[in-house]
Amino acid sequence: MTAQSKISASFDAEKARADFEILSRQVYGKPLVYLDSGASAQKPRVVLDAMRDFAQSEYANVHRGVHFLSAAATDRYEAARRTLQKFLKAASEDELVFTKGGTEAINLVAHSYLMPTIQPGDEIVLSVMEHHSNIVPWHFLRERHGAVLRWVDVRDDGCLDMDALDAAIGPKTKLVAITHMSNVLGTITPLKDIVARAHAKGVPVLADGCQGAVHQPVDVQALDIDFYVITGHKLYGPTGIGALYAKKAHLKKMRPFNGGGEMIREVARDRITYADPPARFEAGTPPIIESVGLAVALDYLMALDRTAVAAHEHDLLAYARQQVGQFNWLRVIGDAPGKGAILSFEADGMHAHDLATILDREGVAVRAGHHCAQVLMERFSVASTSRASFALYNTRADVDALIGGLSKAREILVHG
Amino acid sequence: MDSALRELYQEVILDHSRHPRHYGAMDGASHKAEGYNPLCGDRVTVYLLLGPDGRVADIKFEGKGCAISQASASMMVDMLKGRSQAEAEKLMQGFLHLVKGEDASDLSEDDRERLEVMGGISEFPMRVKCATLAWHTYKNAVEEGAT
Repeated sequence: MTAQSKISASFDAEKARADFEILSRQVYGKPLVYLDSGASAQKPRVVLDAMRDFAQSEYANVHRGVHFLSAAATDRYEAARRTLQKFLKAASEDELVFTKGGTEAINLVAHSYLMPTIQPGDEIVLSVMEHHSNIVPWHFLRERHGAVLRWVDVRDDGCLDMDALDAAIGPKTKLVAITHMSNVLGTITPLKDIVARAHAKGVPVLADGCQGAVHQPVDVQALDIDFYVITGHKLYGPTGIGALYAKKAHLKKMRPFNGGGEMIREVARDRITYADPPARFEAGTPPIIESVGLAVALDYLMALDRTAVAAHEHDLLAYARQQVGQFNWLRVIGDAPGKGAILSFEADGMHAHDLATILDREGVAVRAGHHCAQVLMERFSVASTSRASFALYNTRADVDALIGGLSKAREILVHG
Repeated sequence: MDSALRELYQEVILDHSRHPRHYGAMDGASHKAEGYNPLCGDRVTVYLLLGPDGRVADIKFEGKGCAISQASASMMVDMLKGRSQAEAEKLMQGFLHLVKGEDASDLSEDDRERLEVMGGISEFPMRVKCATLAWHTYKNAVEEGAT
């Protein structure tokens, strides 16, 4: 293999890089090598331009004024909902609730869907590779309502243990809450199969798609999934916005989450009625400018050949995996077949934070720590890992910079 | 090589992190506290034996974490042993100033010379918490960690 970026017939990463101005900057006098898109992705110029243009020419609050700008802003906000519908292939735009991020979307389901009916002893099935955002809301139900968390293990290579999943789903299970793609291992879960197995026992499924939706097309109808959660900033969009997809039948039965403006039908001194979904779950002024940015980010992604993008990211991962294979002092955590473009590892004699500090000085941004996945860290008996996560704008040259930085860190920390 | 990195990971620090001094649990400790940095998972447990006058008669630590956190803990126990509470407090304040790149002239010349190796951390603001973990843990042990 060479350091040359493989240029696929239908996706050219070098060309895509030009859309992301930040990638041409330097840090500490070295070219930026951004390998932390799993934490937050950089935003293409079209997203930033659209947000500024909208704020400069069409901005006002939504769903309120009768004036020109309010109508224009409302159009853009609702158009963003339809873009999201298209992105997730939902049956209706009314099945999409804007939230401030993935975390809020999961909290919304915990609060509005599960909390009203949960009984002590009821069970929620989770995998050990969940992000804290898909753990802590369920812990609240355990602490406050006596729910029981049932944990599904992963195999040593990071694959979800499907037999353990089957065993965990029982008569008391009220929900399966599972990631679509692990933010640490890169493991992609077989969602369709999971949903089929859960539905066979009458159990609904929530998928945390904060990573998963970035790296592969999602079709919530084909998956037949009950709840699917995304966040904007990992999808090359802005921070402060995410979304919950939920089947209409669920949304209709769900009680309000936050209370405030926009989510009501009528408010009197001693009586209140609520708006229909999705407005019922969007109290207060929503992230309006961000919705415009998110829609443009999703359009940007949908205009690409996503199969080719996925192939490019897999090529980077395979190349990185092969390159780190030469280091007998480095252990990769998570080698599930078909995994997404995330490489987590620990290195002998080098703590993840020391490693990340040295890589940083080489211009290479990686994540170090527990990645908000302490249950998984415990599963693999590690305190922390270093993680390189690849996005559509990364190239083999970025991988080479990572490999060079790793050798250097070894030289500083171990050979001193 | 990057001179800031060389300054941060100089031999004294790497040596402390690889061969920490006074490492291990202490039977009969009068004070004990556990420090944890949830951001990076660094852990340090400080064991103290304080004399009737509050003097640090003995001190040990156990921990797991990055080179900076462990080296800092090792240097700390090395330097705190035998000090009175007032002396320890002064050392701690001086150290905190030093790692934040602030004026540390209130340290004695000898202390400053010994702690100077940690001065490079001030170039790495994201890592200052690694260096201060052990010291805050020591303080917790004294104030709230009576066994």
